[in-house]
Amino acid sequence: MRLFGLLALALAAGPAAQPAGPPGTGPVAYGQAAADSMPSPPPAPSVTGLAARDVRDDAGGAIELSWELVPGVTADSLLVSRSADGGTWETVAFLPGAEVVFTDEGLEDGVEYSYTVTSLLGGAASQPAGPVSAVPSAQWLHSKRTGMLIILVLLSGVIFWFIDQGRKGRKLYIREIAGLSAVDDAVGRATEMGRSVLYIPGIMGMDDIQTIASMIILGRVAGKTAEYGADLQVPVCNSVVMSVGQEIVKEAYLAAGRPDSYRRDNVFYLTDDQFGYAAGVDGIMVRQRPAAIFMLGTFYAESLILAETGKSVGAIQIAGTAMPSQLPFFIAACDYTLIGEELFAASAYLSREPKLLGSLKGQDAAKLIIMLVIVVGVLAASIGTWWAPAASLADFLRRILHVE
Amino acid sequence: MRTILPLAITFVTGMIMVLNFFVPHRPFNSMGNSLSDWYMIVASAAIFLGAMNLLQVHFARIRHRARNWQYSPVAIGGFLLMLTAGLVTGVEEGRAFDFMFQNMVVPMGATMFSLLAFFVASAAFRAFRSSNWRATLLLVSAFVVMLGRVPIGDLLWRLVPGAASGAHPSLVTEIAEWIMQVPNMAGQRAVMIGAALGVVATSLRMIFGVERSYLGGAD
Repeated sequence: MRLFGLLALALAAGPAAQPAGPPGTGPVAYGQAAADSMPSPPPAPSVTGLAARDVRDDAGGAIELSWELVPGVTADSLLVSRSADGGTWETVAFLPGAEVVFTDEGLEDGVEYSYTVTSLLGGAASQPAGPVSAVPSAQWLHSKRTGMLIILVLLSGVIFWFIDQGRKGRKLYIREIAGLSAVDDAVGRATEMGRSVLYIPGIMGMDDIQTIASMIILGRVAGKTAEYGADLQVPVCNSVVMSVGQEIVKEAYLAAGRPDSYRRDNVFYLTDDQFGYAAGVDGIMVRQRPAAIFMLGTFYAESLILAETGKSVGAIQIAGTAMPSQLPFFIAACDYTLIGEELFAASAYLSREPKLLGSLKGQDAAKLIIMLVIVVGVLAASIGTWWAPAASLADFLRRILHVE
Repeated sequence: MRTILPLAITFVTGMIMVLNFFVPHRPFNSMGNSLSDWYMIVASAAIFLGAMNLLQVHFARIRHRARNWQYSPVAIGGFLLMLTAGLVTGVEEGRAFDFMFQNMVVPMGATMFSLLAFFVASAAFRAFRSSNWRATLLLVSAFVVMLGRVPIGDLLWRLVPGAASGAHPSLVTEIAEWIMQVPNMAGQRAVMIGAALGVVATSLRMIFGVERSYLGGAD
């Protein structure tokens, strides 16, 4: 122990590889102070229970040190020293005296690293705590996400089984979703009235799954407008969404055999600003008075501003989002609202393709499984208050369903 | 090739993101971040596409004297004014760009946001006036929650003889909190669980090429 203390002091006094410490508490000052007070024994460390362990669920190259503070003793600073495979010691960090954890990164996997922590108290260095050792390594599977992986594989299995059933021609019952059944009526109404169809794909970018779902539905709606000959307007607030939207609408018009009706400028950029976008779309609604408005995607505070303006111009409105906080606004102001999962079911529902309908059926089956797990979990947690096996089951479910 | 290539790209990138979530080991840990960085680079470059589209659309409206074309010069003028101010004087605090942003863009955004108060009132009125039991339940719940969120709710409750010294002197707040934390939270979680399943199903459909409508329905 004494040897490590001297090593740490010697290293602290050295000019190389010393991170800058707080003013007046630099390693040279402490090293000198310690050397001056050599005859008296160094004070006891301010930390205890030093432990080193490989950082779990990482890409390797990191060790986490943790310790506890000795009650009533607070060091000015803590000096962390490291030795690789029993080699020379080097200082790797100066930490505030109240710190209780440190992660050393940039290490080599498979090499054993030893650590000591020296407290710097009133100009003197304490005996070092430690040494403790650990070997950094990388993990191939995130241990706290194993439960999630199992659930994902199970759900995927169920969904794929139903997709296969659909492919084989099995008759699958899908409940009617009023908002999606009304898409044809909405586009037809706009055609008959000679007004446009306004499609608003939310205010997020293409890295948002709701925007992706919205783009898929846009393809279906564009197919209908191409078929009926209605005018489609798609104002967007993101340049990438604009590019994707233009391509999707173009493909839909080509697939409908109406490439001549496609106009690139019908999918146009307004602004990235949330309320600037809301103002721009409101202006389009008031000036053009579209007969049908689709609001499908991610919406925030602008949802009610858009929906109420659409209501005021007498348009038939179909909205859909998975944002729980915005759903009440859409339900209050729109004719039809796709709630959460219905937004993601829209493409399959509109296409009526057996494979896609199979995936919807699989989604419903997966939901049933989750409902059963919730019921079992609630019962187990309730009964577990007086029956230990049920408590164990509740703990198991909690552990497997917990995701970091 | 027109179908296979996009499907292959979708499959590979989708699987990388899935592996990135479950496998912390190199190289999967950094591949997801790299893809996100690529997206940011593409998105940054695409800003120019958006700006070009904005100018193109509005110049076309002016040229063709399209309906309501008079608004287009205002849009172009505002865009060019902000662009020029930013390029010439910079965007630091106190410069022309910052002045216009703080004194024009921010107040206009706040104005739009403040409209929400009126829209909430009109939407709430429409939702509550429906003459069925669900609308009545909604109205009562909303009334209690609103009352529980302001001090006057408990103040009124304490006027009831014995309420102030009883076991629940803040009963209105407690009921409002219960409505928010139990039935409201249960509904919100149901929506979120359903949406999460929808996300999984949509992702699987796209990653494994079951959903191809974004390719124009090509098989």
